Amino acid sequence: MLIQVDIVSAERDIWSGQATMVFAPGEMGELGIAPRHAPLLTRLVPGEVRVRDENDEDTSYFISGGILEIQPHHVTVLADTAIRAEDLDEAEALEARRRAEETMADRRSEMDYARAEAELAEMAAMLETIKKIRNRKR
Amino acid sequence: MAGAKEIRSKIKSIKNTQKITKAMEMVAASKMRKAQDRMTATRPYAEKMRNVICHLAHAHAEIKHPFMVEREVKRVGYIVITSDRGLCGGLNVNLFKKTVSEMMVHHDKGIEIDVVAIGRKAVEYFKRRGANLVAQASHLGDTPHIEELIGTVKVMLDSFAEGNIDELYLVSNDFVNTMTQKPVVSKLLPVAGPDDAQLKHHWDYIYEPDSKVILETLLMRFVESQVYQGVVENIACEMSARMIAMKSATDNAGDIISSLETMYNKARQAAITQEISEIVAGAAAV
Repeated sequence: MLIQVDIVSAERDIWSGQATMVFAPGEMGELGIAPRHAPLLTRLVPGEVRVRDENDEDTSYFISGGILEIQPHHVTVLADTAIRAEDLDEAEALEARRRAEETMADRRSEMDYARAEAELAEMAAMLETIKKIRNRKR
Repeated sequence: MAGAKEIRSKIKSIKNTQKITKAMEMVAASKMRKAQDRMTATRPYAEKMRNVICHLAHAHAEIKHPFMVEREVKRVGYIVITSDRGLCGGLNVNLFKKTVSEMMVHHDKGIEIDVVAIGRKAVEYFKRRGANLVAQASHLGDTPHIEELIGTVKVMLDSFAEGNIDELYLVSNDFVNTMTQKPVVSKLLPVAGPDDAQLKHHWDYIYEPDSKVILETLLMRFVESQVYQGVVENIACEMSARMIAMKSATDNAGDIISSLETMYNKARQAAITQEISEIVAGAAAV
C-alpha cells in the first residue's frame, strides 16, 4: 500500500511521488507516517524528511521548517525556504514599515528624490555584483 | 523642406533608438521565458497551500481562527504589486485604474484604506496620490525571494490580527498569455469557509502541538505564498508586456526611418537638380 507524497517549497517543487513510509521532523518529535494515517496537521522543525519507496530505499530531503499535512492517502510537506523565527519576522516587518514612513515623509523636491533614487539604484546594483562575485568564489 | 544633413542626423538618432528598443525587446523575451518557468515552479506550493486551507475549512475545527471570521468592515488593506521599472506598456497603468476603481467603492462607503506597495511604481504612485502607505518593498529584482516579502506582508497580517483592518485584498497582474495580462483583485483575508450546514461528516485534524499555533502559521504562510505567487507572476507579466511594447516601438521606429529616408532622397534629388540647373544657367550666361 502506497501513500502519495508531495514536498513543495514556495520557490519550487521539491519532490512528489508514491512512498510506503514517510518520516518527518515534527515539532513534537519525529513522525513516521504510513498509509491510512489519521488526518494531522503539525509544524515541522529544521531537519530531514525521509521518504521510503517500494524497494525499501530511503531518500532524504533537508527542509528548514514548514508545515506537514496528513490525509489518509496523501502527505503534503509545505517546506519553508527561509529560516524563520518570530523575532526575525518582526525585524523584517519593522524594516518594511520604516521604508514606507521614509517615503511618505520625504517631501523634498522631485529632483532630490530622483537623484537619491538613482544613487540607490547604483548601490543596489553594486551590492548585487558583490554578491554575485562572492557566490562565484564559493 | 529640411536640409539633407538634418534629415540624415535625424535618421541616425532614430536608428540608435531602434537599436536600444530592439535590444530591450530581446532581453525581455529571454527574461520572460525564465520568469514563466519560475511562475510554474512556484505554482505547486500555492496550489497545495490552497488545498490544505480548503481541507481545513471543511474540517470541523474546534476553534475559529480570527483570520477566518468575517467582521464588520471599517478599514481595508490593499497589497498592490507592480513592476519596479517602466517601459512596459500599459501594464501598471491598467493595474492602478483597476485598483482605484475598487478603492472608490470602499471610499464611497466611508471605509478607510491602508496600502502596502510592492514594486517601485506602486510606491511612487501611492505616494503621489497621498494614500496611507503602511509598508513597502521594492527592488526585488528578477528572482524575488520570499524572505524579501515576509516583513512587508507581516505588517498587514499584524494589522489584521490587531483589528485595524477587517479585510485584506491583493491586487496583481494575472498572466493570461504573452499578449494579455489582466489586473485582478482577490480577497486574501478573511479566508472564507463553507457554512457548517454544508458539511457532510464531521471530522477534524489532529493538531500538534495545538490548533491555534498551527492555524496561525498556516494562514500566515498562505497569505505569504499568495503574495509571493503574485510577485512572481507579475514579473512574467512585466517581461511579456515590455517585450510587446518594445516590439511595437521597434516597428514604429522602422516606419519613421523609411519615411525619413524617402524625404532624404527627395531632398538630395532636389539639391542635385538645383545644382545642375545652376551650372546650365551659368554655362548659358558665358
